[in-house]
Amino acid sequence: MTKDNKKDKKKPVKIQLLKTPTGISGLDEITEGGIPTGRPTLICGEAGCGKTLMSLEFIVRGALEYNEPGVFMAFEEKTDELASNVGSLGFDLAQLQREKKLKLDYVHIDRSEIQETGEYDLDGLFIRLNYAIDSIGAKRVVLDTIENLFAGLSNQGILRAELRRLFQWLKEKGVTAIVTGERGEGPSLTRQGLEEYVSDCVIVLDHRVINQISTRRLRVIKYRGSVHGTNEYPFLIDEDGISVLPVTSLKLEKEVSSERVSSGIPALDNMLDGKGFFKGGSVLVSGTAGTGKTSIAACFANETCNQKKKCLYFAFEESPRQIIRNMRSIGMDLQKHIDKGLLLFHASRPTIHGLEQHLVAFHKLIKYFKPDVVILDPITNLITVGSISEVKSMLIRLIDFLQEEQITVMFTALSLNTIVSEQTDEGVSSLVDAWLLVRDIEFNGERNRGMYIMKSRGMKHSNQVREFVITDNGIDLVEVYLGPEGILTGSAREAQKLMEKTNEILKNNALNLKDREIDRKRKMLASKIAALQTEFESAEEELNKIYVEDQLIKNAAADNRAEMLRIRSGSSQIKEKK
Amino acid sequence: METKRYRYELRLYIAGKTAKSNAALTNLKKYCEEYLEGEYKIEVVDLLLKPQLAEGDQIFAVPTLVRKVPEPIRKIIGDLSDEEKVLVGLNLRPVT
Repeated sequence: MTKDNKKDKKKPVKIQLLKTPTGISGLDEITEGGIPTGRPTLICGEAGCGKTLMSLEFIVRGALEYNEPGVFMAFEEKTDELASNVGSLGFDLAQLQREKKLKLDYVHIDRSEIQETGEYDLDGLFIRLNYAIDSIGAKRVVLDTIENLFAGLSNQGILRAELRRLFQWLKEKGVTAIVTGERGEGPSLTRQGLEEYVSDCVIVLDHRVINQISTRRLRVIKYRGSVHGTNEYPFLIDEDGISVLPVTSLKLEKEVSSERVSSGIPALDNMLDGKGFFKGGSVLVSGTAGTGKTSIAACFANETCNQKKKCLYFAFEESPRQIIRNMRSIGMDLQKHIDKGLLLFHASRPTIHGLEQHLVAFHKLIKYFKPDVVILDPITNLITVGSISEVKSMLIRLIDFLQEEQITVMFTALSLNTIVSEQTDEGVSSLVDAWLLVRDIEFNGERNRGMYIMKSRGMKHSNQVREFVITDNGIDLVEVYLGPEGILTGSAREAQKLMEKTNEILKNNALNLKDREIDRKRKMLASKIAALQTEFESAEEELNKIYVEDQLIKNAAADNRAEMLRIRSGSSQIKEKK
Repeated sequence: METKRYRYELRLYIAGKTAKSNAALTNLKKYCEEYLEGEYKIEVVDLLLKPQLAEGDQIFAVPTLVRKVPEPIRKIIGDLSDEEKVLVGLNLRPVT
């Protein structure tokens, strides 16, 4: 407990300004909660930049999502015009009016009908507004565009005093108000200097055309008593209303996953430590024209869908049908994944809108589809709508966003030169986690594709170049031939292989010959040995014969001598006996 | 229900009995007596009592004098202190 108390002392309780969420996607993030509750906010900008829509969306979202009824007082457009204008966005103003959640009041000021004589005040407007607020218990009020009063009335002194009183009155009334104003000439934000009266929160809308591409932007230039994003944020008006992107997340505190996803090319997975890319990582495939970048991307998409995961494919160059047809030729059926709802193509021309709006569109679609893998093919085309640094910053934000959502992303990029060491044009190679480079290897009058892994963060990866072959059954990587003559690919590699095969046969043949010769020699020697053996045997026999004869003679001689002795002695014995 | 049609039907919108609204009513009555005797009808609407009426005649400033008849509708805002402007506004006198 004591610890807790200490902590409390260290951190003084921050008194937060009460904020009213606008319900406009993104705007509440920028303002960290919405616009100040019970105070007027000024939205200003040039004609056609979305002021009326933004303020109307504030009212409608308040009524629908936050159960805060609102009054929309229009000085420009008639109520039925307004209703039909926003009908396309799915806002049913008539229905909301019937439900007493919304009150539209059109204040018509026509100078030709009006004469001014003497003193007057705008109590009529106050009463009307008050009546409208009280009749539905409104918490939100929009005055669009109050400056029209200046066009209808000539007594500026009265008007200014009355406007000051009006804003004071709105504050006392405790309603959260939005006042819109046309952007004025020079440094002033509005034509009549409304910002002088509304000092709590000022939002400027802008509609800029750069290189013939228009981008709407929003900036909170003032927000008294609150932190807020100060950058210019692009916003988009589409069928769901306004979306603003608080795109730059400044932190690098993303969750990381060590889960792996297959690239769809087994041989490529092998090069990547045998497992493939990291989930939530970013992969760049760059190469010159016609090196098969789209095929790699499609292969990845195909594999993702085969794993029953969802893939979102942004195509900037080819139409979905074109890609499907082309991929069918290498044995991939993407159509079946589309039918299952696992694959979604989103094809758009890069020039259709500015980069920021592309980003907004990406965000929206990603949030809607919730894919596991996103493919952008190719990012190079985006350069036609922005400068290199703009494209880069946009891609940083996109990668940031995707990593936060744990979505794996694959970009393809066309590199205009073939020098490997050079960066891709968008300079995103330093941002991505893995970079595959597909390169033309021109040799011997033919072009082959070689693939390197330039980098792959956090995993072992092969440093070898592989030949990248596109067959009827998909993509495969083949080891290139590394011979004394250097790297050989394609038919040269095949030729080299054949040559090796021939050599092998010849060598085998030669070996066989030698073997046989040795065999023969052995046989010859063996027969020679046999002959010598017989010769030796006969010689031995001869010798033996002599020896035996000799022995026989010796024996016979001995016998004879003995016989002789006996005979001789016998006779003598007889003599002696005698 | 009033069935009699007057040549001029005027309606004066005010917000409470303020100095401005009193001045406007006094001025209006004076001009009408002077130029439109017997041919006019004045209706005074206090918006504090009937705020719902403000929208119908597109009232945003008070006091406002609305000429309902004859058509077209004309509006004069202010305390009607400038006689010339009021007469022109009501189309009682051509612009000189």
